[in-house]
Formats: sequence, structure tokens, C-alpha cells
Amino acid sequence: MKTFTRIALLCALGAGIAVPVALAAGDAKHPEAQEWSFDGFFGHYDRAALQRGYQVYKENCAACHSMNLIAFRNLGEPGGPEFSEAEVKALAAQYQIPDLDEAGEPITRPGKPFDHFVAPFANAKAAAAANNGAAPPDLSVMAKARAGGPDFLFALLTGYSDPPHGVEMLEGLSYNAYFPGGQIAMPAPLSDGGVTYADGTQATVAQQARDVVQFLMWTAEPKLEERKRLGFMVMSFIAILAGMLYLSYRRLWRDQPH
Amino acid sequence: MAGHSTYQPTNGLTRWLDTRLPVLRLMHDSFTAFPTPRNLNYMWTFGGILTLFLALQIVTGIVLAMHYIPSADKAFNSVEFIMRDVNYGWLLRYMHANGASMFFLAVYLHIFRGLYYGSYKAPREVLWILGVLIYLVMMATAFMGYSLPWGQMSFWAATVITNFFSAIPWVGEAVTEWLWGGYAVDSATLQRFFSLHYLLPFVIAGLVVLHIWALHVPGNGNPAGIDVKTPQDTVPFHPYYTVKDMFAICLFLLIFGYFVFYNPNYLGHADNYIAANPLVTPAHIVPEWYFLPFYAILRSVESKLGGVLLMFGAIAILALLPWLDTSRVRSAKFRPVYRWFFWFFFVDCLILGYIGAMPADGVLHINESIEVPYLLIGRIATIWYFAHFLLILPLIGLFERPKPLPESIIKSVLGKGGGTPAGAAHAPERQI
Repeated sequence: MKTFTRIALLCALGAGIAVPVALAAGDAKHPEAQEWSFDGFFGHYDRAALQRGYQVYKENCAACHSMNLIAFRNLGEPGGPEFSEAEVKALAAQYQIPDLDEAGEPITRPGKPFDHFVAPFANAKAAAAANNGAAPPDLSVMAKARAGGPDFLFALLTGYSDPPHGVEMLEGLSYNAYFPGGQIAMPAPLSDGGVTYADGTQATVAQQARDVVQFLMWTAEPKLEERKRLGFMVMSFIAILAGMLYLSYRRLWRDQPH
Repeated sequence: MAGHSTYQPTNGLTRWLDTRLPVLRLMHDSFTAFPTPRNLNYMWTFGGILTLFLALQIVTGIVLAMHYIPSADKAFNSVEFIMRDVNYGWLLRYMHANGASMFFLAVYLHIFRGLYYGSYKAPREVLWILGVLIYLVMMATAFMGYSLPWGQMSFWAATVITNFFSAIPWVGEAVTEWLWGGYAVDSATLQRFFSLHYLLPFVIAGLVVLHIWALHVPGNGNPAGIDVKTPQDTVPFHPYYTVKDMFAICLFLLIFGYFVFYNPNYLGHADNYIAANPLVTPAHIVPEWYFLPFYAILRSVESKLGGVLLMFGAIAILALLPWLDTSRVRSAKFRPVYRWFFWFFFVDCLILGYIGAMPADGVLHINESIEVPYLLIGRIATIWYFAHFLLILPLIGLFERPKPLPESIIKSVLGKGGGTPAGAAHAPERQI
């Protein structure tokens, strides 16, 4: 009954796999698939892009969006932007962190690598009050928190346009075809030349979007490189073991009718 | 087949132990010498695969529980802490989350194997019912486990599912509040779900022991669906099936590994990376893929109570299967009519799964002029699901003319493909 096995496996796999794809559909424009260095079986991050992406986040996004899960030390860890130890210290020291002194009095001190990124607002209520009633979401795992992931974020960041003829815009909202409903509370966050890259890369909107999306993918999946590297070793090991077991199985059953 | 033991203690220590606690004898008789039909195909490898995945889930789960915090404020961030700061925490979590999906994939193939080859028929009814119980406890475990990361889909799935109980007449509200430990899904709910999620896998393990015990009394079924008659029909479980099972396990692990290492969030839902927020309802609340057929059945009727009864009925009806199928022939190989209806039923389950993933009020566009509401498809598929058990199976058994059964397992394998396999002629004595 090999046919049964094959059909059953295929159908069951097919059912499991087809369903999440179907769920991604919605009323918004479907984001185009982009090519990313972190795709594929040997995917890895582009360090320079992550470093530029951090700059875009810091100079554009961080004014409204927190990134609470990320510490400065993460910026120097392997598999990430890999800033040097001295650079990480300097980046952290640019921030003032609330703390307590020896006497228990509240003070602020320069940031250290173990400190987490500083949120722009004290709490969600303050964030909402300052932003037309809608608190800007935390960006730590944003690249995994939206259907379409990095492709969606890139499409959204570069997808601002004038509303099509006949679309009535609500007060304070911007038109973006990739956002469900088309009207988004976030004004277009990037502009040509909005940042100045130290490595001389031309800071177009598309370039900044690509860089910051890669940075967001890293903050969401900081162990991606380690995962794919270990995956190759584990999969190779199991594949070889499977081959040897198959040969043992054939040898063992050679004289056994079955 | 449980029969006499062939275990021989080899030294003083094992002889001493054998007269006090014959555990080595039990292992030898159950997993080494155990006579197993020689004609099992790869569909019989899922028992071993499932045992491995139960163990994997328990081991990864115990380590995850060392780092996880079951509190509405901290659960989401503690999961992210595991992903970022626990050594190989990402591996543990992705193995555990995808392991649950693989567990269900394997259990569904195992169940459909049982349906195709009539594994539930006498004398294996208790074995089958234990299997249905395991499946039921698995579903409860998976549901509670899914709520633990306390993302949006965790929270809202927990809210939707616990709300089912409010459909019970008169006491529904009280029961629901009792389950929640409050007036809404909150920390108290999360903490009890965590406690039960840790407990239930051990209940499953206990049921699995009974399942294997009940298997080892009549012995394995087989693709021919006939009883073992002579020792020539069987081979010892070890090494013949241990090696075959290990090969199948490796193939299955490659599928598992693909998801864990290369597509770890594919089977999950993006919304679950948004921390739970009781004030914001996600646009589509959908369960994990393995619950989708039941979700479609639930939504197929207007009445909440009716939907809940149908959904639980869809699982409970499986337990009655040994008595609903009136045919005395086990294997679909020799049941020309049932074989068709088995595949109809299989496709029906896939359709239910597809409908479960679609928005309740949507329509399927077949072409420009034909649109079919998902609800209608879901209703027809639900009726077919129940009709398969309540109408089709009892009737086929009465009218179907089964093909002649082979005389014995050994004859059925020797007769295959016209010729005698090379090894059979020159070494017939080796197989005992």
C-alpha cells in the first residue's frame, strides 16, 4: 500500500501548508516578495545593512516606537550588527538611564551595554496621548508580528502615496495601500536623504526601508544565523543516519519475504 | 500472542532480578522478541514516531518551564527571554512549538491508517478507544499550551474556546467563570492552564502505556487484515522493526527539522507575536491548523450549544466506530466499496480544515458567476462527516462484497508480484 502512504503524507502536508498561506490574504494590497540576504538555507544578515538599519531606527523610528526587548549589548553580539565593544559602549552612553543612587534617591546615569533601549514614552497611555490616540507599537518582534513579515514592512514603508480619487481620508491619517483599510495613523516615516550614512550609501527611501527592515528582522530573530548553521549540521547528520539505516534495513530484510 | 516468554537471564544479577522484578523479561517480550506480522508497511511506523515526539515534547517542555513565567504581565516577555537569553532557548521553543504540529501530523496519519486498515475492529476495540482518549487529551494539552505565550491569538483562542462552556444550559456561566478563575480570561486562567499543560502530558504517557499494553495482547494488525496463524507469519520486533522504525523516524525528523531550522514560524500565526490585549480583537481568530476541521464543524450551525455538541460529537463518534462499521473484513484492501468512501472521508476532512481557516462569512469564487458561501460548504462537509459514521459505514458493511482474503500473511507476501522472493526459497528456517 505504498500509494496510500504517499497520498496520505502528501495530502496531510499539503493541508498543513496551504492553510497559513490562505490566511495571509486580506483586503490590503499584497506585498511583493523581496530578496533578502537572510532568506534560504544558508541565509545570513548583512552586517553593514544592520548597522545602517540601526541608524535609521534610532534617527527616525525611535522617536515614537519603543524596542523594549533589545539591550545595547545585543548590538555587539555575533549574528547581529556586530558593532565593536567600544562602539556598543559609546552607543549606550548616548542615553540617560533612570536609576537609584546609593541612598535610594532617583538619578539618571549614562547608559551601559546591559541597559535596554530607552522607550520614547513613559507608558502606553502617554504614547497614545502624544499620537492621536493610537500608541505606536513596540518594534522588537514586529518583523514576525505581521503576515508577510519583512516583505510587508518594506512594502508599507515605501507604500505611501496620495489617496486614489474618491477615497475620503480621515483626519490625521495617511494613505497606504498596503495597510489594511488603506488609512494608517503613522505619517510617512522616511524621506530621501533623511539620514546621512557614514559609509556613503545613498539614503533613498527604498534604501533606508531595506536597511531598517533588515535591522527589524534581526531584532525579531537574533539567532537566525546560529539556527540555520546548526540546522545544516543537524539535517546532514540525520540524512546520513537515515541513509545508513535504510541500507541496514534492506540488508536485514533481504532474506525475509514481506 | 502475549504467550510464553523466551527471555533467558544471562548472568547472576539478571537471574536475581528476574525472580524479584521481571522488568527485563517484560522489555524483552514486549520490544525484542515480540512477534510482529512480517507484512507491515510504512504506515505502521507512526507508533514509534509518536512515542518519540511525546518524549521530545516532555523533555523540551520541562526545560522551557524552568524559564517561563505564567503571569499575564510577564508570560509574553518570558518567552522572548527564552528566545534571546537562554542558551539554545530558541531551539527548545521552536522544537516544542513545531513538535506539537508534527505530533498532530503523525497522529492524524496514525488514525487514518487505523481507519483504512480497520485497526479498530475486534479484538482491538479497547486499543482503539484508548487511542481516541489519547487524542482527546492531546487536544486539551495543545490548546492550553498554545495559550501560554500569551500573544493575541493565545488570548483570543483561550477566550473563544472557554466560552464554549457558557453554552451549557443553566450552569454555563458558572462553569465558565469557574474555569477562568474570575470574570474574564486573565492571570488566574493562564496559571491553571500552565499547571494543566504540565500535568496532561503525563496523563498521555500513562494512556500510551495502556495503549501499548492493549496492542500487545492481540498483537499488531496488518495490511492484509487477517490474524497471525503460524510463526511463519511474523518476525521478531527487534531488529526487524526497530531498524525500519528508526529509518522512518529519521525521515520524519527531516520534515520536523525543516520547520524548526528553516521555517519555524510557518505553522504559527503572526498575531501571536503581538502581546495579548483584551481590548483589541484580531481580525480573524483562527485555531492552529490541527483544530481547523473541528472549528469548521463548530461554526456550521447557528446555535452555540449545537455547535459545541457537534464538535465534541465529532470526536466522541470515533469511539463508537468499532460498532458502527458492520463489515467483518478489516482491511480496505479487500473492501472495494469502503475504499472509495475512505478516500471521500479523507477529502471531506481536508475540506473541513480548509473551511475552518476561512472567514465565517466569506464566499468561494469558483468563476465569475458562481460563488459558494464557505458556510454552505462547511455544512455539507459536516453532514458528510457524520453521515460517514452513522449511515455509510453501517450500510456498506451490509451490502459490500469483499474480495477473497488471503489464507495467511506469509502466503499473501509470497504471492505478491507473481514470483517468490529470492530469499524465501533458500532460507525458510531463518524467519522463526
